[in-house]
Amino acid sequence: MTTTLSAHPAESLAGKGATVELVDVVKDYAGHRALTGVNLTMAPGEFIALLGPSGCGKTTVLRALSGLEQVNGGRILIDGVDVVNTPVNKRDIGMVFQSYSLFPHMTVLQNVEFGLQMRKVDAASRRRRASEALEMVGLGELGSRYAHQLSGGQQQRVALARALVTRPRVLLLDEPLSALDAKVRVQLRDEIRRIQTDLGITTLFVTHDQEEALAVADRVAVMNAGNIEQIGTPEELYLNPATSFVADFIGLSNQLDGELDTDTGTIAIYGHELSALGAGHAGGPVTAYVRPEDIELAADGIPGTVVSTSFLGSVRRTTVRLGDGTLVAVQHDVSARPQSGDGVHVRLKGRPASARPRAS
Amino acid sequence: MSKARYGAEPSPVTRWIILGFVGAVFIVPILALVEFSLRLGQTGQHGLVHYAAIFDPANASTYSVLFQGIGNSLVICAITVLIVLLVLLPTMILVELKFPKYRRVLEFICIIPITIPSIVLVVGFVPVYSVVASIFGSNPWTLAFAVGVIVLPYAYRPIAANLAALDVVILSEASRSLGAGWFSLIVRVLLPNLRRGIFASCFITIAVVLGEYTIASFLSQNTFQTALLLLQHTDPYVAVIFALFALVFVFVLLILIGRLGTSRRNRRSA
Repeated sequence: MTTTLSAHPAESLAGKGATVELVDVVKDYAGHRALTGVNLTMAPGEFIALLGPSGCGKTTVLRALSGLEQVNGGRILIDGVDVVNTPVNKRDIGMVFQSYSLFPHMTVLQNVEFGLQMRKVDAASRRRRASEALEMVGLGELGSRYAHQLSGGQQQRVALARALVTRPRVLLLDEPLSALDAKVRVQLRDEIRRIQTDLGITTLFVTHDQEEALAVADRVAVMNAGNIEQIGTPEELYLNPATSFVADFIGLSNQLDGELDTDTGTIAIYGHELSALGAGHAGGPVTAYVRPEDIELAADGIPGTVVSTSFLGSVRRTTVRLGDGTLVAVQHDVSARPQSGDGVHVRLKGRPASARPRAS
Repeated sequence: MSKARYGAEPSPVTRWIILGFVGAVFIVPILALVEFSLRLGQTGQHGLVHYAAIFDPANASTYSVLFQGIGNSLVICAITVLIVLLVLLPTMILVELKFPKYRRVLEFICIIPITIPSIVLVVGFVPVYSVVASIFGSNPWTLAFAVGVIVLPYAYRPIAANLAALDVVILSEASRSLGAGWFSLIVRVLLPNLRRGIFASCFITIAVVLGEYTIASFLSQNTFQTALLLLQHTDPYVAVIFALFALVFVFVLLILIGRLGTSRRNRRSA
């Protein structure tokens, strides 16, 4: 046997990750400003997730980077070269779409070969590289099938192989998992991350699912109303949100009224003193963002009444109405099973919390 | 072993009665045509004499009008199909990809000819054709321009249905992101996926062109239908034979369209 297949399929597909830079990117749609001056820098091989609610502009950023949307202002640099006027088919990017996008008249193998064919790669190399790409996504044996003979998860794997086979400089993933069922979604999510790490390809991943974003990305950019509110590691976003929007959007937070003392750097909430995360806020009335896991049910503390409780697998989350009518979500061990209407006490565990000035 | 019946599905007996009735509506006139074409005058006997007469060189001059008409109709068919392929199809793809908000406008324009009686259209065409004739001469093939308008509703529908079943925008974006230019996108991705709609559209166009009489007649051109009418006065048997041939030809076209549809469905359910 003289075939010289690489020991690991990903090796031959590994390219060099490119740097990507978006500078003051503006996009207007019929009088509506979808992007209000987006700035984003991606290091070579970095995996960044763009996270935000529907209509925040995250897909527009991805489409602007791909060239599928023309921008109205700003610069888009790939490896330092401005590509704003480069058409999509010349940008050397790989893309996986939300909806299934395999060419229905071609087999899986032909689909994967398509990008290589466009680059005039000879038939033998095409076949070999496409087979390797399919191996990489675990579908080596399905090359002769058609798209309609595959499950949704398999179709997205093929789409991933098809996007990667040309060794693009940047990989763009536009909510590729949102059409899949929960289990497949987690599997494919982890697989995308594994392949991305193996190949070292710079990747932008658009999603509205924060769990997905936090689980796979090196850094997460949270978008709101056409701009990036904060970009940071998942831990930074979770523990130290820069804006109230981020605090509210990432994870579940109880918004509790408190008083910030800038001298001591603490927030007083229901008689508890919590360290304030972040800096630069004026003292006085604030809204503190306290995670459900930072509050516990206790024998004594703030009295309240159980409103509802739900079993979440490894933990249970109970909503308690405090004496002043405030609702707080408390995450606790599944062994405690409070019933609706039960009188309970809750206590803040004393972990630091972020706070925003409260409109009085 | 009665299977539960749902909704308004008729029983097998009712279905056969309906099928038989509808079949009779079609088959009786066709059988009548066949029977008439085989008649040997008023003798009450039947034979293939009229069929043989078509190929008799002695009758060549009698039937030359008809053969010329058939030739003209075929040329008009070819040009009309070209109009569908080179004007309507690219327009529909362009609207789908770049100007989706004009989809309804295009649909409306394409449907208009079906709502206007041919005779009314012809009245409009007459002054237009005085200009057309001054440019291209009064050639039969120029009828293709008018027929191209008449066939719009029939040619539009199959392609539109095919486009609607296909996510053209996503396929186009996927292929563009893989490095395909517009030409590769259309030739390698869109046309193969629109093949069914395009074939159906062309076959229907041919069927409509072969059956078109009003425009040709009013613009004084010799086509298959006008020639048939002329011939009917001199040799009604041969006129009927050719009407039968035309019917069979159109039936074959329609069956082909049907097969295009079912073979695709079978492949999908495989």
